[in-house]
Amino acid sequence: MTSLLRAFGRFFLALTRETGRATLFLFEALGQAFLPPYRFRRVLAEVYQIGCRSLLIIFLTAAFTGMVLALQGYYTLRKFGADSALGSAVALSLIRELGPVLAALMVSGRAGSAITAEIGIMRISEQLDAMDTMAVNPLQYVIMPKLLAGVISVPLLTAIFDVLGILGGFVVGVLLLGVSSGSFFAGMTQSVVSMDINGGIVKSLVFGLTIMLVACYNGYFTERGAEGVGQATTRTVVVSAVLVLAWDYVLTSFFM
Amino acid sequence: MIRVLELFRSFNGVPVLQGVNLEVPTGKITVVIGKSGAGKSVLLKHVAGLLRPDQGQILINGTDLTRARGRELQLIKKRFGVVFQGSALFDSLTVLENVAFPLREKTRLPEREILKRSRECLAQVNLPPEAEDKYPDEISGGMKKRVALARALVQEPEILLFDEPVTGLDPPMMNTVFHLIIKTHRENGYTGLVVSHDIPAVFQIADYVAMLHQGRIVAFGTPAEIQRNPDPVVQGFLRGAIDFGET
Repeated sequence: MTSLLRAFGRFFLALTRETGRATLFLFEALGQAFLPPYRFRRVLAEVYQIGCRSLLIIFLTAAFTGMVLALQGYYTLRKFGADSALGSAVALSLIRELGPVLAALMVSGRAGSAITAEIGIMRISEQLDAMDTMAVNPLQYVIMPKLLAGVISVPLLTAIFDVLGILGGFVVGVLLLGVSSGSFFAGMTQSVVSMDINGGIVKSLVFGLTIMLVACYNGYFTERGAEGVGQATTRTVVVSAVLVLAWDYVLTSFFM
Repeated sequence: MIRVLELFRSFNGVPVLQGVNLEVPTGKITVVIGKSGAGKSVLLKHVAGLLRPDQGQILINGTDLTRARGRELQLIKKRFGVVFQGSALFDSLTVLENVAFPLREKTRLPEREILKRSRECLAQVNLPPEAEDKYPDEISGGMKKRVALARALVQEPEILLFDEPVTGLDPPMMNTVFHLIIKTHRENGYTGLVVSHDIPAVFQIADYVAMLHQGRIVAFGTPAEIQRNPDPVVQGFLRGAIDFGET
């Protein structure tokens, strides 16, 4: 019993220590955004890497998600004679929940792991140390642009996800299953309110920052060579996915 | 001059540096030798400002590096160049971009001047112009070392630190790198601190040699003085004896 308590204690102490270190890391890195040189070009380059290069996976995920939502939704709503509410169901599900969460999970898997690997390799090959010795702050040059790019890219990708998902739902619901396009769009415009859209944006902002923080943190503090880089990338995908889902619950309860 | 005073540093409770005292004469090359794991690279990283000691001071021309922060620390670091063991070239930049990086980041020189100086440094280390557009994974280990040296020289540093500059290189390439260190030292006049266990080859570049053993400097002198040093620890290391000097 004592050893179990000790193990729990060690776990929570380690968790507290890591959370504190990550928080300090976040504030120190974000603080660099207000100090010259202002790295606009590097932020733009990272927006391309994180945002533009995730577009294909977002397109595919959004389209299929919308199509499946419409398919499932249609047959469920038809039992209650409410298939005209399909547009409302698809739009609300995507804008409130599925858009922000799935877009974040896709970015975490594609860009998050790549960022951890990139920074981790820079760590183990002493590139970050080399930068430091040239009086170039690695937090400002490498980390801060990625954090800002995540906060910019993920909400934009979420918006694209929502639109494409609704389009996918339209294709299946209206074109394939015969729901009236008028009722599809009318239901959507009547039921979606600004609170839904604002909530989706806030979620995507928080998710974007969370994913980038986890990815950058794990890469920056990588140890033990190639094996360490592999462990760090796995940790990034798992931890950022769990945090996205946890934040989703917290933010949903706040907005509801 | 670099002065290391009573430097102590432990990692996870394991002592590595246990009261290091070292004076690196200005304008000379000092080589720190010692067996693998003695703490040579740890000492070098303290002098480079990458690590902070548990106790002690590192004086760079009288300024205490261990207490410097912010702008003062940046100004001290600008006087350094460091050549890392693995070269530490930036993967996503070409050879020329790697060498130009410190000038682009830390100076307001026009691009034309930056490229000119970078190419001069690459020529100084005998790197052919064809190599300047290659990426680090497209060049050999010896070429990477030379690019790393050029990058360290491009800001005209007063102090150049080398972490195991020839480890992993074949003998001809080892001699090439040593020759370049001697050549650039003669041309640029920097104060050099080299960490190496490649003895006696490294003695050819050394004005002074310091031996690190069990966390302390146990011998200091010219290469000839070190080789004549009667201390069994020093002689054991130089002869390649196993378990020398362990207590």
